[in-house]
Amino acid sequence: VTPAEKAKAPPAKVPRDGPKLTGAKLASALDVTWGRPRGFLGWLASVDHKDIGRRYIVTALVFMGLAGLLAAAMRMQLSQPDNDLIGAARYNEIFTMHGTTMMFLFAVPVMQGMQIYLTPLMVGTRNMAFPRLTAFSYWMYLAGGCLLWVAFILNIGPDVGWFAYPPLSGPQYGIGKRPDIWAQMVTFTEIAALAVAVTLTATILKQRAPGMTLARMPLFVWATLVTSLMVIFSMPSVALASSFLLSDRLVGTHFYNPAESGDALLWQHLFWFFGHPEVYIIFLPATGFISEIVSTFCRRSVFAYPIVVMALVATGILAFGLWVHHMFATGLPRIGYSFYTAASMSVSIPTGLQIFCWIATMWQGRPRFEVPFLYVIAFLFTFVIGGLSGVIIAAVPLDLQLHDTYFIVAHFHYVLIGGAVFPLLGAITYWYPKFTGRMMSDALGKLAFWMVFLGFQLAFFPMHISGLLGMPRRVYTYPAGQGLELPNLLSSIGAMVVATAIFLFVVNMIVSLRSTRVAPPNPWAAPSLEWATSSPPPPYNFGHIPVADSRTPLWDCGETLPVVHGLRVNERELLLTSILAAGPESREPSAEPSWWPFVAAAATAVMFVSSIFSPWAVLFGAVPVTIALIAWFWPKSPFPPPEPVIS
Amino acid sequence: MSLTGFQTALGGDALESANFLTLFGVFLAVCAVMYLLVIGGLLGGLWRSRRSEEQLTVEAGRHHESSPHFQPVLIGWGAVILVGLFGLTVASFFTDRSNASVARHPDLTVKVTANQWWWDVQYPTHDSSKMIRTANEIHLPVGVPAEITLQSNDVIHSLWIPNLAGKQDLIPGRVTDIQLLPRKTGTYRGQCAEFCGVQHAHMALDVTVESKEDFERWVAAQQRVAFAPTTPLQVAGYRYVTTRECSACHNIAGTPASGSVAPDLTHFASRRSIAAGTLPMSTGNLYGWVADPQSQKPGNHMPTIGLSPDELRAVVAYLEVLK
Repeated sequence: VTPAEKAKAPPAKVPRDGPKLTGAKLASALDVTWGRPRGFLGWLASVDHKDIGRRYIVTALVFMGLAGLLAAAMRMQLSQPDNDLIGAARYNEIFTMHGTTMMFLFAVPVMQGMQIYLTPLMVGTRNMAFPRLTAFSYWMYLAGGCLLWVAFILNIGPDVGWFAYPPLSGPQYGIGKRPDIWAQMVTFTEIAALAVAVTLTATILKQRAPGMTLARMPLFVWATLVTSLMVIFSMPSVALASSFLLSDRLVGTHFYNPAESGDALLWQHLFWFFGHPEVYIIFLPATGFISEIVSTFCRRSVFAYPIVVMALVATGILAFGLWVHHMFATGLPRIGYSFYTAASMSVSIPTGLQIFCWIATMWQGRPRFEVPFLYVIAFLFTFVIGGLSGVIIAAVPLDLQLHDTYFIVAHFHYVLIGGAVFPLLGAITYWYPKFTGRMMSDALGKLAFWMVFLGFQLAFFPMHISGLLGMPRRVYTYPAGQGLELPNLLSSIGAMVVATAIFLFVVNMIVSLRSTRVAPPNPWAAPSLEWATSSPPPPYNFGHIPVADSRTPLWDCGETLPVVHGLRVNERELLLTSILAAGPESREPSAEPSWWPFVAAAATAVMFVSSIFSPWAVLFGAVPVTIALIAWFWPKSPFPPPEPVIS
Repeated sequence: MSLTGFQTALGGDALESANFLTLFGVFLAVCAVMYLLVIGGLLGGLWRSRRSEEQLTVEAGRHHESSPHFQPVLIGWGAVILVGLFGLTVASFFTDRSNASVARHPDLTVKVTANQWWWDVQYPTHDSSKMIRTANEIHLPVGVPAEITLQSNDVIHSLWIPNLAGKQDLIPGRVTDIQLLPRKTGTYRGQCAEFCGVQHAHMALDVTVESKEDFERWVAAQQRVAFAPTTPLQVAGYRYVTTRECSACHNIAGTPASGSVAPDLTHFASRRSIAAGTLPMSTGNLYGWVADPQSQKPGNHMPTIGLSPDELRAVVAYLEVLK
């Protein structure tokens, strides 16, 4: 026996899960291996995707609450003409913060939080790929959010809109450090989003349960894969844009300065090349929620699975060909606009087909009208209006009138609240038992549902009218006598109803933590793997790695789910499978808890924030970052020898 | 506060805005049909599946099966979407061509330059003594194709006169243009539509579409130099305005006031509003504005000087001369 062969042979004494090691004995062994250290430091060091996903979701909901309060303040100001409740400067800060927080700190992170929590469970693995990177991403996101909100509270927050068009955000017109704080917040969140996208992509492609071929992946996982690839392709564009802006402001470059051969429009191209896909980065995970909820509550597989998957992929690709429809008023060549009109309209083809598939699933199944399913119905009623108004504004002659008016505000709230927040509320209700081990209150859930659904229509439908009547966006007040009083008053009343409903929803989330309705592993009798483990799941997710023989494993497996054996239990180990067919390939060690990701994020945060004040901070700030990264990646022990898989 | 003209995209008072109304109607009709189809399908599905005995559910052990009827319906639905979108895209394209046709023969050129937060308006002529310069107002003769060339002195703005046409951005470093073919006389309100800083909300302008004769009368009036003050109070105001702070920024043709960074005041009192549509033109509002522009339009670039009551009366009296 040569040393090389000896290294290949599996070590004999390593304890592994299997028929001889199962049940409570296995659970206690895995608990020791996969549990996180105790106390606050242990909490900081956690690399468990469920901890990190939960943090993302809770933090994003807090930011949603804050941005929602700002929305309520804006609606108070606009409830009557020539109101002087909020002054011009403060109002501009408020709408900037509302948009920035909702887009960068709520919508994308909450979707990624759900994805981080659910993806490893749905594909049947023990943890994410690169768990420390995931932990790092959360701290970066948190730091970016804190930077923005602390600046706002200190009255040095941004006031140039969530889109920050130069020259208004440039060195000459952007006052103080306000736009720098905005741009640096973007840097934080884009790093976080990119890190999550990379880990999700790797997890989905390499860690699926044996047998879960690409054609058997849950539709939410498909949506997650498409979204993550979109993040990877779109975020570098805004990273470039905001770096140019920062260097224009801090070191006097002229990327956006027309007086020195720069170009103000360059920003808009770069920003919307990211900004438009961003909308689908928010919307596609929501379609994943819808597919899962429809399937579970209609008691059958989603109709025409391949069409739904192709629709997701097509939307993801088309999303990169539409950005110019945000720029129809900039005076680019007219014939070129026609291409973007056609491209923008064509997005409704995959979306229309997806909607058909959901409705066809309802026709053939037997819907159960639980709260998550009610949100699906609300989604269809609302989102379709937003989609159709999107078709209207894809036409150049119509958009030139409607662009930058309240019609647009109505359109994108129908798309983002109807298309993403309603599914999210449904998804939170649906997976809450998995997250917490408790069921949410039905009565409170239904009350919040009806209030948010009806209040939303009251708040946002009149904005179509006020836009058509000539009300531009981003104005802190409007003159009397233009017919704008009634639609604005209705919007304000509706907004208060929505705010109350969201408050009730959050109250439901909090009080249900102590509910007596304890959730079994699979309270909705759902088909996918996350329901195969206890609620909430143990740190290692599954005692034995499950096998997926169909798209709906829990509906098809009979009494017991088939599993594979043979992962180490005394060390963190994952099963890697092949990309297409999910055949078992190898075992892979998984990272231990570590607080170095937190330290590295803190060091990076210090570097980024100080670089707002001096470019030298990039140089000196890099030293602690480097030290933290070295400690993070310091090899702990010799790498375990590669082993073949026991099937 | 100010009703100096109505502002609505549903006006249809010029070629482009009339085209907008037609096309919007077409889109609205098609979208309404699509919406009803989706909602009809949804409600039909929920209603049927509660009644029908035969279900392809997991409880029946048939959750992977599909009824054979749905495949053709799916293809049909896809075809409906395709045909609908194709029709709308073609309609949009030809409307766009129709709008662009105005551009071929403009008979009048107006030059608008945007500033934070007001509009500088010029009517260029070959004879520079006949050039008109005004601010925050545009006069157009009805039925005459006009081209407005657009520039910005600071940040990005967007000119929007909804009754007449859609928006066009004014971008520093670029020259853009918009073509108008007004069809009805009337007074309209336009507004900046691109967020441009603290007083974006108060960057409006008055648009008057009038008969050719009225327009020429207005042109002739604008080509004159400013009226001279007559009463002693007006003369005192004239002295203040032309020798003190005001003249550093404002121009009044025919007087020593020749600043160029603020609105031209030569025929200020003939306009319908003050401070880019912030206040309707009236003696009371003039007092309020001149006394304390920062409380009327906070953050705008006209400082509150702190005039004494006598100075204020004189300045307002003189400004009202500038018809």
